[in-house]
Amino acid sequence: MSSILGTARVGEAVGGPVGGRARPRSRRTTSWSGWLFALPALVMYVVFVLRPIVTAFQYSFYDWDGITASEFVGIENYRRVLTEPELLGTIGHSFFLIIFFTLIPVTGGLLIAALLQELKLRGLVTTARTLLFLPQIIPGAAAAIAWVWMFSSNGAVNQLLRAIGLESLTRAWLGDFTWALPSVGVIGSWLGLGFCTILLISGMGKIDGSIYEAARLDGAGFFNTFRSVTLPGLRHEIGVCVTITIIAALASFDIVLMSTQGGPGSSTMVPGVLIYQLGFTESRVGLASAVGIVLTVLILAVILPIQRFFREV
Amino acid sequence: MRSVRERFPGVLLLVVTMLFCIFPLVSMLSAALQPQGSVPSGISWPSDPQWHNFADAWKVADITPLLVSSLILVAGVVPLAALFATMAGYALGQLKVPGGNVFFVLLLFGLTLPQEATIVPLYYQMRDYGLLNSRLGLILALVGGFMPFAVFWMRAHFMSIPKDLTEATAIDGASTWKSFRYVQIPLAIPAISSMCLLLFLWTWNNFLQAITLIDEPSHRTMAGALLNFVGQYSTDVVLLNAGSLIIMAPTIIVFLVFQRQFSKAMLAGAVKG
Repeated sequence: MSSILGTARVGEAVGGPVGGRARPRSRRTTSWSGWLFALPALVMYVVFVLRPIVTAFQYSFYDWDGITASEFVGIENYRRVLTEPELLGTIGHSFFLIIFFTLIPVTGGLLIAALLQELKLRGLVTTARTLLFLPQIIPGAAAAIAWVWMFSSNGAVNQLLRAIGLESLTRAWLGDFTWALPSVGVIGSWLGLGFCTILLISGMGKIDGSIYEAARLDGAGFFNTFRSVTLPGLRHEIGVCVTITIIAALASFDIVLMSTQGGPGSSTMVPGVLIYQLGFTESRVGLASAVGIVLTVLILAVILPIQRFFREV
Repeated sequence: MRSVRERFPGVLLLVVTMLFCIFPLVSMLSAALQPQGSVPSGISWPSDPQWHNFADAWKVADITPLLVSSLILVAGVVPLAALFATMAGYALGQLKVPGGNVFFVLLLFGLTLPQEATIVPLYYQMRDYGLLNSRLGLILALVGGFMPFAVFWMRAHFMSIPKDLTEATAIDGASTWKSFRYVQIPLAIPAISSMCLLLFLWTWNNFLQAITLIDEPSHRTMAGALLNFVGQYSTDVVLLNAGSLIIMAPTIIVFLVFQRQFSKAMLAGAVKG
């Protein structure tokens, strides 16, 4: 709190005695003293976010168990992350999850938004908003518990399959080497679908209705209208959905840890859970840090071009 | 304007999506109401719903200290993060401090930075500070972690406030701090309060930092405590589901009460972030 009082005093000292005429000078002084306003946030950010990421970079060149002396190993940790199938596979899994975390929610949301077009069913949209937001409101860990139960042998997914005569497909989904990863993906689709749908519907509301009218008068069919009016109009919203959901897929952690812990075997292991296990269960701090740095670089490498693409009009 | 019939496929899809969104929660509720010790099957409304399961789960999972713990964390994180972010947003958006762009770019980097990348070093850093297993440590870590989004949010607000206002108060001889305190903050209240809703939600639901920086489950967030809860009761489907529903309830209730503000904040937060 002392920094705030300090700011007040400096501010008064600068602004107080200076009259209207000396404004240019006073403005220049306040602009530097303005940093006092930014200081608390900057300090918190530097100490608890930037410093750890710099330390992670440093750790990644060492072999360290967290207790005994560390040993410099150069790029050995990176070599392992990028060559050992067990470690590299986790990155593959997280990219596979993009299909479920991003592709399904965004195309599903777009389809719904396009079919609804300038919806005037206000009541329905308000109710929809409440229900579609629910997956975003509850903790991911709790969502995972709900889905573990859904996917269990006695769960609702198998019950549904039996009800429509697909008894042969029933299985313990999260315990199946082939189906565990897609099943985790379904949880991701569930998390993202409602959110993307609402965001796209609300973006839809901002498109000028007369453009649709004009397209109709020109005799444009559903597909043409979608391609030439809806898609460009929603460009910004689509960019937002894609960015957020790709980060969620690549950096997935809580739902995977709570639903499969990376298993069976390592069939659902993702970088986030790998870092947690290496760093906290196996105390291989250097390797865990290298995975973290690789994950950070990957996310930046995927997100930056996407951002650029959706910014250009 | 399209007719209702033409929009039918859209409405149908929307309704199916709505059902998909609540399906897991309904499945949870159906399991939570079955007799304890039984092995529930799929979704079925029990003939004799066992509402007392919730009271039992509350006792077994020891929810009361968790609730208190989460409240303490929220009471620490939200005001601190909101104050720091509002001040920094003012500095970047209104005062346009020299070199502010560097800070801004650093924050942009923070928006894409995965939490997992910093968690291991953060753990050892907290150990060195002697803040491991303390709520203060978790509060500070979360405030730091929220800064990119929160400052971004407040900066966007202060960018939208006309500069004339700052200049007018400067002519009056009001100091920067006084103008901030008595003119800018009152104007920023809507932006600040929707940000606080999001900060509340993210603190309450925080998982990664809670399970790594705090050993004692009852000192974690409600969400963080789920890890231990699952470990202990993974075989008791009824109690596990009842307990998880209790843990979800507070955020759902807050969401239903502040629904309008929440949806607005989440949409705006996504678009700005």
